[in-house]
Amino acid sequence: MPELPLFPTQASTMAGKVDALYFFLVSVSAFFVVLVAALIIFFAIRYRRRAHGEVGAKVIPSLALELTWTIIPLGLGLVMFFWGANVYFVESRPPAETLDIYVVGKQWMWRFQHLDGQREINELHVPVGRAVRLTGTSEDVIHSFFVPAFRMKADIIPGRYTTLWFNATKTGRYHLFCAEYCGTRHSGMIGTIVVMEPSEYQAWLAGGGGEGSLVSQGQKLFQDLACITCHRADGEGRGPILDGVYGSKVDLVDGRIVVADDAYIRESVLSPSAKVVAGFQPIMPTFQGLVSEEQLLSLIEYVKSLKGRELNTTKK
Amino acid sequence: MDTDTLALPRTHYLNAEFGLASWLLTTDHKRIGLLFLGSISMFFVLGGIFAGMIRLELLTPPGDLVSDDTYNKLFTMHGIVMIFMFLIPSIPSVMGNFFVPIMIGARDLAFPRLNLLSWYIFMIGGCFTLYAIVTGGVDTGWTFYTPFSTMASTSNVMAAAVGIFIMGFSSILTGLNFIVTIHTMRAPGMTWFRMPLFLWAMYATSLINVLGTPVLAITIVSVALERAFHLGIFDPAYGGDPLLFQHLFWFYSHPAVYIMILPSMGIVSELIAAFSRKNIFGYTFVAFSSLAIAVFGFLVWGHHMFVAGMSVYGAMIFSVLSFLVAVPSAVKVFNWTATLYKGSVSYQTPMLYALGFIGLFTIGGLTGLFLASLGIDVHVTDTYFVVAHFHYIMVGGALMGYLGGLHYWWPKMTGRMYPDLWGRVAAVVTFLGFNLTFFPQFILGYLGMPRRYHAYPPEFQALNVLSTAGASVMGIGYLMPAIYLFWSLKYGPIAGPNPWGAKGLEWTTPSPPPTFNFDETPVVTEPAYAYDTVEKKLA
Ligand code: HEM
Ligand SMILES: [Cu+2]
Repeated sequence: MPELPLFPTQASTMAGKVDALYFFLVSVSAFFVVLVAALIIFFAIRYRRRAHGEVGAKVIPSLALELTWTIIPLGLGLVMFFWGANVYFVESRPPAETLDIYVVGKQWMWRFQHLDGQREINELHVPVGRAVRLTGTSEDVIHSFFVPAFRMKADIIPGRYTTLWFNATKTGRYHLFCAEYCGTRHSGMIGTIVVMEPSEYQAWLAGGGGEGSLVSQGQKLFQDLACITCHRADGEGRGPILDGVYGSKVDLVDGRIVVADDAYIRESVLSPSAKVVAGFQPIMPTFQGLVSEEQLLSLIEYVKSLKGRELNTTKK
Repeated sequence: MDTDTLALPRTHYLNAEFGLASWLLTTDHKRIGLLFLGSISMFFVLGGIFAGMIRLELLTPPGDLVSDDTYNKLFTMHGIVMIFMFLIPSIPSVMGNFFVPIMIGARDLAFPRLNLLSWYIFMIGGCFTLYAIVTGGVDTGWTFYTPFSTMASTSNVMAAAVGIFIMGFSSILTGLNFIVTIHTMRAPGMTWFRMPLFLWAMYATSLINVLGTPVLAITIVSVALERAFHLGIFDPAYGGDPLLFQHLFWFYSHPAVYIMILPSMGIVSELIAAFSRKNIFGYTFVAFSSLAIAVFGFLVWGHHMFVAGMSVYGAMIFSVLSFLVAVPSAVKVFNWTATLYKGSVSYQTPMLYALGFIGLFTIGGLTGLFLASLGIDVHVTDTYFVVAHFHYIMVGGALMGYLGGLHYWWPKMTGRMYPDLWGRVAAVVTFLGFNLTFFPQFILGYLGMPRRYHAYPPEFQALNVLSTAGASVMGIGYLMPAIYLFWSLKYGPIAGPNPWGAKGLEWTTPSPPPTFNFDETPVVTEPAYAYDTVEKKLA
């Protein structure tokens, strides 16, 4: 007979928080199950029918009792709600300082892209004790990134960027599952998260196999796709300057103001006419079908890197 | 029971007319109820066979019994058949059709022909879905999530979707018919607050059917259009939004859970009262909690999407609302339990199913709180924790109530009793088998086993073996009623009009009832469950 595990390993800073709430709910549930079962069994024996034509006694329901057993579950429910929401807040807000990694889901594999250029498939190496932020999208259908040992999960959706984060607390190898049904080999879409000591991680990174950093890949693509002919750094191009654009507010021709985040840059590449920057013509061609999701990620990373560069133009 | 003095009534709805046409063209709500009983029982067997194959496949980690495609089709068709072709129609279409008119003292439903039509619509829709199954199956999961269902799936999505679309109209018609009937056809003296709680539950369910099902229809039409013409509703490649589908789908499908469970709660209220010979503790609370559940059930669909990229504040609102709808359910459990207090409690078969219902529904409901808690949901959603939770509610709750009702009203429907000892054994076996099947899945889910997996890492095996073992026990539990109920049709002792000594208009007419239910319209003079007025010499 195979062994019988009853509890998952805790390997991230989230795990303890989720488990504490879980144990609270388990205790409350166990209390009510035992209470109801005990009452039913006790009544069952105490008030069993003894004579054939017997009827039950008339019991006048007490309003106080009804209110009590309405208000107590309500109160307990609200405690669970606030506690759960609190944990969810932590889960959905990455800390300020993170190690960023990109992930693309595709039937049926996980592809990872480190900033330094390493790519991995179905295996992700990360250092222990450091907050890691993943930005993910899908090339086809919805997938879901699930690492039970980290108590972490988020859907990876085509056309959107999902961010999720974790801080691993224990070195080791952990399951990565796809948790959203995605077709034939859904159950084969599994991978491993390898958590390493920081020094080992550095060694692993240096061991490379990369094709230059993500930024440099993006830069090369920027030239190859001829983006550079319009988005000239000197401000003389037919498109807006991209330096410093990432994270800033952008005025559009239709008067809206949007924040230039990952999703905005992705959209600008794939359907440029959706959000045209004020002062420019909608002449940019679409790159839909020309760039893969991974190439998009490197372009985003490149645009991000243009942030701190010295601007030598007057036009803002 | 002095059975020897009893005989079946000379004419009743079953022998009033003979021949196939007298069934296929009948407008008698009781016969239509039996038509539904026959159809959905066959669908239940079909869904059960799929379930058995799923469980067998999961006995071992590598997934060696069927191919991955076959497995995906199995759980999809299991889900579609069980939900749309069994659970949603089950209690309303069988017990509702049969008993709503009788329990309010009416001769039939308000629109008898519409009622027959709803059976035909159901069967036509069912045929489409069966066609999808025999011509290769569907592999989208019963939830049809886009863009998988609109672009990636290679299977028979269209036929299955058309089938579900058509079957939806059957629910709408049945719902309308019940609402009108309950409003307009109550016997003299049957005020709203003298109505048995089953009728309150049917009323609330009908509201959901009428308001919610059209949304499902719209959703399915959109999926079909998207698949055929790539309109860009859901598929981001054409500018659509994949999450729009989920919002539309769950806007119907969350309330649909209440379509399955509310009728069952109604039946359980009947059973607890009848077998404790007592008024339900807090009748009005129970009646209004049905309505409250029906109304608030429309406001919590978002709790299926906490990890699907919803804003943090949106998620908080859906979470808190989910906790609020849980309260009326908790109230019902306490009320049922308190009804036993100072009752005269007997443990015949229907009562055992009812008590089993309370146990399983309590566990199912409490684990719903885990899913409503945002922090925990992130970890357990889309795992076996969810599979266990919805089986506790839908199988442990809805199905136990259905079986309890079937055993309770069987003598009324057929005029004959079944062997009560076998009934009790079946109820206990089902209860034990059920827990052995689905309790390990909570643990599996918290350990992290995702749902819809055809192969899994070896450390999950022990719990899967337990679960499969439980499934075979449960299978036996379902097989037994099939055998002794059939047996009873011919050999069962004559039941007489009121074998349980229960209150309610349905027990005042012969078993089986005559075609028009009552020889003369009954007049109601007391509340439902007025057992305190019963003479001790009863039965
Ligand atoms: C009234 C009876 C039942 C109903 C209504 C029901 C309903 C469902 C539904 C809706 C699903 C989800 C399918 C999906 O995720 O796409 C499901 C999955 C499943 N059911 Fe049932 N079920 C019933 C009985 C059973 C029984 C008797 C068993 C086992 C003996 C069983 C085993 C399973 C399993 C293992 C899955 C998981 C498939 C997956 O990986 O998604 N079910 N069931
Ligand atoms: Cu996937």
